[in-house]
Formats: sequence, structure tokens, C-alpha cells
Amino acid sequence: MEAIRNIHGAINEHEVKLFALSTCGWCKKTKKLLEELDIEYLCIDFDLLSDDDKKTIKEELKEFNPAISFPTIIIDQGEEVIVGFKEDRIRDVLSHED
Amino acid sequence: MRTEEDMMEYVEEKADEKGYFICPDDDLLFDLIQGLVDNEGRYGYPSCPCRQASGVKLYDSDIICPCEYMDADVEEYGMCYCGLFVSQKINEDPDELKPIPERRRPEVIEAGMDAEPTEDFHSEEDIPVWRCVVCGYLAARELPPPICPICKAKAERFSRFEINPGR
Repeated sequence: MEAIRNIHGAINEHEVKLFALSTCGWCKKTKKLLEELDIEYLCIDFDLLSDDDKKTIKEELKEFNPAISFPTIIIDQGEEVIVGFKEDRIRDVLSHED
Repeated sequence: MRTEEDMMEYVEEKADEKGYFICPDDDLLFDLIQGLVDNEGRYGYPSCPCRQASGVKLYDSDIICPCEYMDADVEEYGMCYCGLFVSQKINEDPDELKPIPERRRPEVIEAGMDAEPTEDFHSEEDIPVWRCVVCGYLAARELPPPICPICKAKAERFSRFEINPGR
């Protein structure tokens, strides 16, 4: 599996980046929710990156989430940052459901 | 290398030893067990599936399942960071199973991420000794323990203990 994948979805008004681990259960829940909400996003499985990419991407993640934890969703280059599988917050910020 | 079934048995055994319960959310449990098996295959030890291991054992010793943060997290939040081990209360009320904050300090996470798998390990006498300033407990390891196993003081209460301070 590619470490960085673009996941297609019908809702693409925000730039959504998910920093995840392929082994993490909460990350998997986050991926499932984004897919269920049909949101277009860039999925980065940090643990599958090359050692060089890990160093670069760690710095990017740290800028928005100093705890360097997974999953972290960065929306529109940091306009919104959601750390952890916060289902309600993800729905509020990204979906059109009422 | 252990299979998913072996890993489940291992986790159940660890839960029993502590009087904890295993994750009441079957999907999450399945994913976590799979993650432990994957990590053991990658690194040679089952590091926490929801944390990035360095692959350098010295830096990962605090996050080998069951991790050093488990007891403090089950006590405070009713579950470990991954949600694999839970308290009786969460076992009876699985809706309360929710992500909790990361207790592992960012400096420790980063030190692990920056560790080079090929870097020379300290020889045994070079490993730093850390002293708990609260109770005097000594630990020889790369980084101070996250929580003092004796008095439960946090890592920041540890200071480097020089064996020959006069030199």
C-alpha cells in the first residue's frame, strides 16, 4: 500500500490532510468516517513512509500538533486542526449533515 | 512470529494479570490486534499500534504493549491510549470508549523518531542514570521513565544522576 494516497470523495471544498498510522485502530475509524462522509482527502500513513519522508512530514505535523500524535486532521493548511478521532467535531467541520 | 490468535491470547493474559478488560469494541479490538502483529513483524516487538515506534528498541521500551503509560491512563481515563485495555466501568459502558490525550512526552516521541536505526548504542556503562527527586528511585535507561514506578512522580521530576560528579 502507498504511504500517501489521494482518496476521492464528492465533498472537496476543503483541503483535508489526514496524518495516520496504518496500524492504529482510531486512525482506521477516522478513515472510515471520512469515507462515509464522502470527503476528498489526502491520506498519509506515517509508518509506511521512507525514513527521509518521515523526517520532513514529522516537522509538518509538529507545526500543527506539537504532541505528534495520530490521527491528526489538518484542514486548509491549519485553519482547523483535529487531533484524535473526534467524531462530532469531524462531522461538524467537514460534513453538510444537519 | 505470533499470529492474531496468539496475540489475542497474550493481550487477554495481560488484562487478566492487571484486573483490566480488553477492548469492548470488536472492530477496534480486531484492528489493534492486527496492528500489534504488524508491529512485531516490523520491529521484532509489539509496540503500541496507535504510536509511531522508532524501530530502535532502546527508544521504544516504554511503548511495548502493555506500555508504561497503561496503568496511569486506565486509572485516569478508564482505558489505555490505544483503547486495548479498559477498566471494568468502560467494559460495562462501551460508549464511553473515546480517544484520550497522549501522555507520552513530545520530546520522547521526537527523540525516537529522530533515532537512527544504525546509530551506535551506548555501552552498558554509558547508559545514563536518572534519579527521582521525589523518592530517590534510580533508573538506568536512555530517557527518564514516564512515571516513577515507586512514587508515581512524573518524568519531569527525574534528574540526571552523575555517579562521579567530581570528575
